Amino acid sequence: MKLLVCIKQVPDLESRFKPDAAGTWYNEADLAFRMNEYDEYAVEQAVQLREKLGEGTELTVLSIGPDRVVEAIKKSLAMGCDNAAHIQDPAASGKDPWQIASIIAAYAKDKGFDIVFTGMQSQDRGSAQVGVTVAELLGFACTTTIVGFDYDNGTITAKRELEGGIKGIVKLKTPALVTCQLGLNIPRYPTLPNIMKAKKKEITVIPVAELLATEALAATTSFHPPAKKGGGIVLEGDVGELVDKVIAILKDKTAVLR
Amino acid sequence: MKTLLIGEYREGKLLDSTYELFGFASQLNADTAMLLVGSEAQLPAYGGALYLADAASCGEYNPDLHKQLILEAVQKESPDYIVFLHSSYGWDLAPRIAASLNIAQISEVIAATDGGFEVGCCNAKMRRTVKASSATAVLTIQAGAFPAVQPGGSPTVQNLAVVIGGALEFVGYEPAEKKDVDLAKAEIIVSAGRGVGKKDNITVIQALATALGGELGASRPVVDAEWVSHSHQVGTTGQTVSPKLYVACGISGAIQHLAGMKKSDFILAINKDKDAPIGEIADVLVVADVMQFVPALTAKVAR
Ligand SMILES: Cc1cc2nc3c(=O)[nH]c(=O)nc-3n(C[C@H](O)[C@H](O)[C@H](O)COP(=O)(O)OP(=O)(O)OC[C@H]3O[C@@H](n4cnc5c(N)ncnc54)[C@H](O)[C@@H]3O)c2cc1C
Ligand SMILES: Nc1ncnc2c1ncn2[C@@H]1O[C@H](COP(=O)(O)O)[C@@H](O)[C@H]1O
Repeated sequence: MKLLVCIKQVPDLESRFKPDAAGTWYNEADLAFRMNEYDEYAVEQAVQLREKLGEGTELTVLSIGPDRVVEAIKKSLAMGCDNAAHIQDPAASGKDPWQIASIIAAYAKDKGFDIVFTGMQSQDRGSAQVGVTVAELLGFACTTTIVGFDYDNGTITAKRELEGGIKGIVKLKTPALVTCQLGLNIPRYPTLPNIMKAKKKEITVIPVAELLATEALAATTSFHPPAKKGGGIVLEGDVGELVDKVIAILKDKTAVLR
Repeated sequence: MKTLLIGEYREGKLLDSTYELFGFASQLNADTAMLLVGSEAQLPAYGGALYLADAASCGEYNPDLHKQLILEAVQKESPDYIVFLHSSYGWDLAPRIAASLNIAQISEVIAATDGGFEVGCCNAKMRRTVKASSATAVLTIQAGAFPAVQPGGSPTVQNLAVVIGGALEFVGYEPAEKKDVDLAKAEIIVSAGRGVGKKDNITVIQALATALGGELGASRPVVDAEWVSHSHQVGTTGQTVSPKLYVACGISGAIQHLAGMKKSDFILAINKDKDAPIGEIADVLVVADVMQFVPALTAKVAR
């Protein structure tokens, strides 16, 4: 069997974001990058399936982006992916989800993948589009937001998470694509021996121009902080003083402290 | 301008969130038509055109088939915007429509701006304005961003015929986990987020909850990591709460968490990040390390 997992590298979301020179995305200077959280669940699930199926199964990890994304690729290899495709694109952040999906589909179309795993959304852009669009382009069966996954003999049984904690159970035949949600599994930490082993795994580098054949359908015209709603008080400083201030406010503004 | 609104129906019921689509359309001042895979017995209170397919025969979740139905209605209506809720139904279906029609999709719209749409990004900390370059576009709107509007009246129903089967088999629903705490009744909730750092630190948050006479709540990652049980989870996939006091400890304020607690009377947030989006709705944001501030607050409250 052939498995593919798609990962994106995103900034640490606890960072401060400033607009770039064009004012349409964040400025990357001073940001630390790591694997998109939802993609870690996707990698873990793919690796678990790879382990269950054993010999004869090949798991490829793919990421589109500048050279820095190789860090995230290496982590996936250390988690247990067999090989990697780095689709080299210094301008990936300027592409819309349709283009990203088209690039992935162009890479995957003649490779005979049985199952593709993606995250349900990227944390920085959060469009929740790329996975489903790839499935459409490849003509794969697809389900989203999965918190449970089981594979047996050509059929995936997935548990989808719905609002209010209800779940929907679906079965789909491969070839199929699933988008992974928090709660699906607990991603492993790569061990030192596996990090060493991963260094020998092959990373194929493909310039994006070889795969890109679509124009963007949507454009970002501005990246900015939310308009401040005001009203709230922000308190900073010495912890002891903060506690006294908060107690005074709670006594004054709520009926819960007297 | 014309919108085709895609309503939602689950477990035999029209979902109330469907009315938020009308709230959005009215802000755009747009004409509307609606499509619903639902039931004749559960029609929306709306006097316009309704394309209806029967969920009992089409299935409530059957994206390939629902896609065909929507494409049929799109052909008849030629809308400028095809509008979904950004929900487990909407985000699953919307990209299929956009890809089939080769048109733009703009996800999680929170406002309409001059010629474009405002969407959240970077975990709700920042915003983008996005414009479609295709004439028609698919939109998903963020839950709660637009007011629910009931236009009133009875729809003019056009029944859609069911054509194909679809690649998925829907097996059934699994009910939400039973709750052992009913947070909806709590007057005070102190919630732990990922910022508390580790499972052992939950006792520190629990201690504040106890000192205040309240219940322990939690954000989703804390539940997923099994630091506390699911019955404590606040948010879209947990419980919706409205206590007199909500204390958010190390919670960033993602939209799915806010959806569950923003109606609280008073919100106190403790976060080391001054820009955390929780600050947008908190009455007081204390910029501090939870593990330093919370024990100090507990000690004073307990006295
Ligand atoms: C379909 C769907 C449904 C979801 N449903 C829910 C739901 O029901 N409920 C829910 O909560 N989430 C839900 N989520 C997840 C949600 O998107 C967020 O991922 C989640 O709410 C984040 O939890 P958090 O704030 O605890 O963690 P993070 O976002 O990681 O935030 C941690 C915060 O702690 C702060 N911090 C870190 N260290 C410290 C310290 N020492 N002192 C003080 N502050 C510190 C950081 O600055 C940060 O703001 C859902 C997501 C999806 C996609
Ligand atoms: N640049 C990228 N390279 C590889 N996979 C990506 C990329 N961008 C998005 N994806 C995948 O698509 C999913 C959804 O992304 P998005 O539609 O941007 O929210 C992510 O969780 C990834 O699995």
